Amino acid sequence: MSTPRTVVTPSGTAEPSGTGVTSLGFEQVTVRYDGAPAVSAASFAVAEGEWVALVGPNGAGKSSLLRAATGLVPHEGAIRVGDRPAKALSWRERARRIALVPQQPELPAAMPVLDYVLLGRTAHIPYWGRESATDLQISESVLDRLGMAGFAGRPLGTLSGGETQRVVLARALAQQAPVLLLDEPTSALDLGRRVEALELVDEVRREHGLTVLSVLHDLTLAAQFAERLVLLVDGRIRAAGTPEVVLDPVVLAESFGARVRVMVGADGRLVVVPYRREKRGGELG
Amino acid sequence: MTGSASTGDGVRARRHQLRLPGTVAALLLVGAVVLASCVGPVSIGPDRVLGTVLSQLFGVHTSVSPVDQAIVWNLRLPRVVLAALVGAALSASGTAYQGVLRNSLADPYLLGVAAGAGLGATVAIVSGGSGSVLLPVAAFLGAVAAVVLTYLVASIGTDRASGYTVILAGVAVAAMLTAGQTFLQQQHADEIRQIYNWLLGSFSVASWRDVGLSLPYLLVSMLVLLAHRRVLDVLRVGAEEAGTLGLHPTRTRLLIVAAATLGTGAAVAVSGLIGFVGIIVPHAVRLLTSASYRVVMPVSMLGGAAFLVLADLAARTVEAPGEVPIGVVTAVVGGPFFLAVLRSRRTRQGLL
Repeated sequence: MSTPRTVVTPSGTAEPSGTGVTSLGFEQVTVRYDGAPAVSAASFAVAEGEWVALVGPNGAGKSSLLRAATGLVPHEGAIRVGDRPAKALSWRERARRIALVPQQPELPAAMPVLDYVLLGRTAHIPYWGRESATDLQISESVLDRLGMAGFAGRPLGTLSGGETQRVVLARALAQQAPVLLLDEPTSALDLGRRVEALELVDEVRREHGLTVLSVLHDLTLAAQFAERLVLLVDGRIRAAGTPEVVLDPVVLAESFGARVRVMVGADGRLVVVPYRREKRGGELG
Repeated sequence: MTGSASTGDGVRARRHQLRLPGTVAALLLVGAVVLASCVGPVSIGPDRVLGTVLSQLFGVHTSVSPVDQAIVWNLRLPRVVLAALVGAALSASGTAYQGVLRNSLADPYLLGVAAGAGLGATVAIVSGGSGSVLLPVAAFLGAVAAVVLTYLVASIGTDRASGYTVILAGVAVAAMLTAGQTFLQQQHADEIRQIYNWLLGSFSVASWRDVGLSLPYLLVSMLVLLAHRRVLDVLRVGAEEAGTLGLHPTRTRLLIVAAATLGTGAAVAVSGLIGFVGIIVPHAVRLLTSASYRVVMPVSMLGGAAFLVLADLAARTVEAPGEVPIGVVTAVVGGPFFLAVLRSRRTRQGLL
């Protein structure tokens, strides 16, 4: 709680101060729900300023890892935020280091956008106190950065899917945490809004040197935006490394139980395309 | 709040507009208190009420007759003050329960409070303690014990307990405690009327002693809840997200529920079970002003105080010299008013 207050730069963007850029390390992390492991002995690290995407089939334990990092489920092993074990952090300390964009955020329909973004300042506001002018300024500058300045007074219930996603991202950025977790941030968006949302994440990540760990279902998007991928299957890490290493058609076919083609796009990045089984006559019935 | 301001300053300025609703509610409360102090079998003008208060509190010399002074100071004012305090506390508790459990139907008597207080009061009455200080103490203990029991059953200490689990546990606990109360009543048929009267709630025997007895608990409860109005806004996104934003998800909720229960228990102890206040006042405020707890909490407290003072005035005047149970008044007056508000603004999105 003695972390220095943050400074808003003239450009209107807020720099995290006090906590700085931080890595996120998972060492032999196991997460159990009622005894059954959802994640088993997973070890990997996200370096400072790096973007790592967790990929894998439904129920592989991707979200569980994010939940463990934010303290929402207990874990065995160690999750390190910088040099501090996540377990040793209070809720407030953790929120100053890790911001989460939930998969299905709760959106009180009547809450104005600015109020919602201000919730991101909770860990910076004294428990019995109220927000300062700085908290308001940071929230407004984040909204402005995401092109949502004109929406400050709008109730959440009136926003489109893409606008909502920006506002939820704005709340996470208002936390000014060096680590940003995104749990399938684009699932509710159409194709165009998806790329747009991830581009935005990439831009702010570079501006602030954020460490990003995201769950992404779309392997093509994961390959385009993340520097490294971690493929989880049944709670275990099946493969980890650059997209070229992880996106192996054989491994993917095994992991997802689907046929995929991995192609090289015009920009040299990988494109993963699922395709239908060949049908022989009579099989269609 | 729905305007699309182009500048942040405009939006900032209109955030949590408390001045107008707060002023209106405060004026309403002052008006209600003055009216309730003046009206009764003997009409006493506001000037004489003021003279009495100044004389009693500060020893200012007054020309108000001793009889009028006695009526105002010993009969009417304790009743008015107690009704205001109870109305404010019940409204604050209702607001808090609705916020913490994220359920718009939550009211102060949820979680077994009413049943616990009823059982406690019944035990006190059948043990012959109806007129003594034992009755409020027993009702208070019963209310608090019921909530503790509900929490243990719902095991809110674990991370998984949701608002629904707590509410369901409250229903089960209430059923068990009510069964105990019914059993006791059957065993002591002579006292049924007395128990029944208590359950309906009333300020007819309110004294300064009741005010003094309940004031510390009511004040602590209301101050803690008022101080949590910003935190309640954070909890609107749910305990889990609030946790990732930096609030201790279980401890925060526990503190708010404890404060709300303290206030409800103290209110029940001195006034019996007065229903409807804790649910309709916060909702009316939400519908008329804003969904933000920063507005709803303080305005509900003022509005709830005014509402219960007026309800008590009606309870003792419409059938004078008899009294209508105040719970009947709150429901009869509050119900239609609430429905009217609901209908007039039903296009408004989302209460919580």
